[in-house]
Amino acid sequence: MAARTDIRRYMGFGALTALCLTVLYVPLIVVAVYSFNASRSITAWGGFSTHWYVDVFVGPEAPIFRAAAWNSISIAFLASTAATVIAVAAAVAMVRGGRFRGRQTSFAIISLPLMVPEIVIAVATLIFFTTIGVRTGYGTILIAHITFCIPFAYLPISARLQGIEDTYELAARDLYATRWQAFRLILLPLMMPGVISGWLLAFIISLDDFIITNFVKGAGMETLPTAIFGSVKQGIKPNIMAISTLMLAVSVIFVTLSYLINRIGQKAR
Amino acid sequence: MGLVQTEKLGNCGSLQREAVGIKRVVKCYGSFEALKGVSLSIADNEFFTLLGPSGCGKTTLLRSIAGFEDVTEGEIALYGLDIAALPPEQRPVNTVFQQYALFPHMSVRENVAFGLRMKGVAQAERQARAAEMLEMVHLSEFGDRLPSQLSGGQQQRVALARALAPRPRVLLLDEPLSALDLKLRQAMRVELKQLQETTGITFVFVTHDQEEALAMSDRIAVMSAGEVQQVGDPRTIYEAPVNRFVAEFIGETNVLPVTVSDVSAGRARVALAGCRDLIAQAPEDLSPGAHHVSIRPERLSLADGGEADLTARVERVVYLGTDLQLLACLPNGASLTVRLQNTARTSLPLQGQELGFQIEEGAVRLLVD
Repeated sequence: MAARTDIRRYMGFGALTALCLTVLYVPLIVVAVYSFNASRSITAWGGFSTHWYVDVFVGPEAPIFRAAAWNSISIAFLASTAATVIAVAAAVAMVRGGRFRGRQTSFAIISLPLMVPEIVIAVATLIFFTTIGVRTGYGTILIAHITFCIPFAYLPISARLQGIEDTYELAARDLYATRWQAFRLILLPLMMPGVISGWLLAFIISLDDFIITNFVKGAGMETLPTAIFGSVKQGIKPNIMAISTLMLAVSVIFVTLSYLINRIGQKAR
Repeated sequence: MGLVQTEKLGNCGSLQREAVGIKRVVKCYGSFEALKGVSLSIADNEFFTLLGPSGCGKTTLLRSIAGFEDVTEGEIALYGLDIAALPPEQRPVNTVFQQYALFPHMSVRENVAFGLRMKGVAQAERQARAAEMLEMVHLSEFGDRLPSQLSGGQQQRVALARALAPRPRVLLLDEPLSALDLKLRQAMRVELKQLQETTGITFVFVTHDQEEALAMSDRIAVMSAGEVQQVGDPRTIYEAPVNRFVAEFIGETNVLPVTVSDVSAGRARVALAGCRDLIAQAPEDLSPGAHHVSIRPERLSLADGGEADLTARVERVVYLGTDLQLLACLPNGASLTVRLQNTARTSLPLQGQELGFQIEEGAVRLLVD
């Protein structure tokens, strides 16, 4: 066997890595650090304080943020749940359904939201809603979110399903389980790590979506990202940094959970 | 024992109830024919083995009985009832899978009770039955464990208990011993056979291991290329193979080219280059001419000049402990394998030695190609 090339030996590898990490993470660190700034300034450090976190919850903008946060979380919860249910059905059909007509097309349709520019989906969805005469608001955001969350839920679920041999279902059918019982009692529990992982991923994707939400939300309806954007238009205040840091923390926790659950599932097999 | 068994099955084939009746079953995958019109009749309370090399269609046939495959053509009957159109959950048969397929998220007890649970058996009764099954396979104290916490042999026994718990009419076993190591495999052979006798359930066993098949089966169907080559009890299959495939697949044998001079009443005079004419067992419809005979290595013994049927030069002596295997060369250049029992009297033949061999009466069989 030929020795594998160690990419760390390439010239400039270290410098390039450092550059990438800097560009990606320094802004995040700056935001997180300055969210604890005692001063009103966003550039000059005035000492440590949790004042801005308190401001997020009880300050002048708090009611707007609270309503927006509630919308974001409830939409993320409902959208990711609906998307996960659809993704499970899609994964079972795609992975276990054999070679049916339109299989390739179905797969393309499922993954479409990953490839089409978000702004295109945003405009198209808005045009669709106005054409059929639906008033934009909570409901339209929810429908749009379910749609683009499906592929994110689908990927970990179908990956998990592909790793489960079909003999488990055959064994269940052989032991007098109907198709549905074999799914509910055997396949679904075995798929669960992938399902939870997919749900968490969809939740995060929905929670921080801005472009599509901004198009289909209608007047007076805000989610956290659109509320933050609205607030920033009047100048960046440290409370925005605090709220951003909170969202960052939620995202990190969810993504980590998703990863861990997937890994535990892999080990348990 | 062997003879008695032959008699029993020979006579009772029509009298005994038929457990599985397979008629002209064809299974196609696209243009590939996995089963080419297979017909078999498996008797009630029989240990029946489907034996053949991989790709011969034996597993496809088993899966067709279980209901995992829809047959393209033909009938599958279970105790007289046509089941070919039923989904697996409506067929009163259970399967032991090659890789066991124990449900990894359920305890051993839950696995064993699963079939009964699906049949709607009450909780108390199925717990009792699961306990009884676990006792039968000597795993009573393992009921609360997960399958992953058991050894391969234990998982195998859980799979058996799970499949037997709902009292199937027929138990299907898909190479269940192939994942075990040799010692365990040999122990399981005896255990399986005993299990079949005590439960009285018809076993249909799939394997590619001829030794396994010979050791356990009441009858064996030898399959090749989607067709049944021969059906018979182990002794018939081994001693009276109908064709060259069966003779070569089951056990070790010498297949030698011969010339047949005259055939009558199931016997034929055959001429093997470089040795005296032999009398061979022959099918009735055999015509004189060039054919092959099969002679099992253990049916040859050392003989002195006058009594020898043939002579051969020893090329290599393989010491196997219980046996000596001689790889020898006939005068016409064909190779001959001989197995001699390793007794205290046996002196090791030398390489290059010319030896005379006697062939046991009835040991030469003419083969249909």
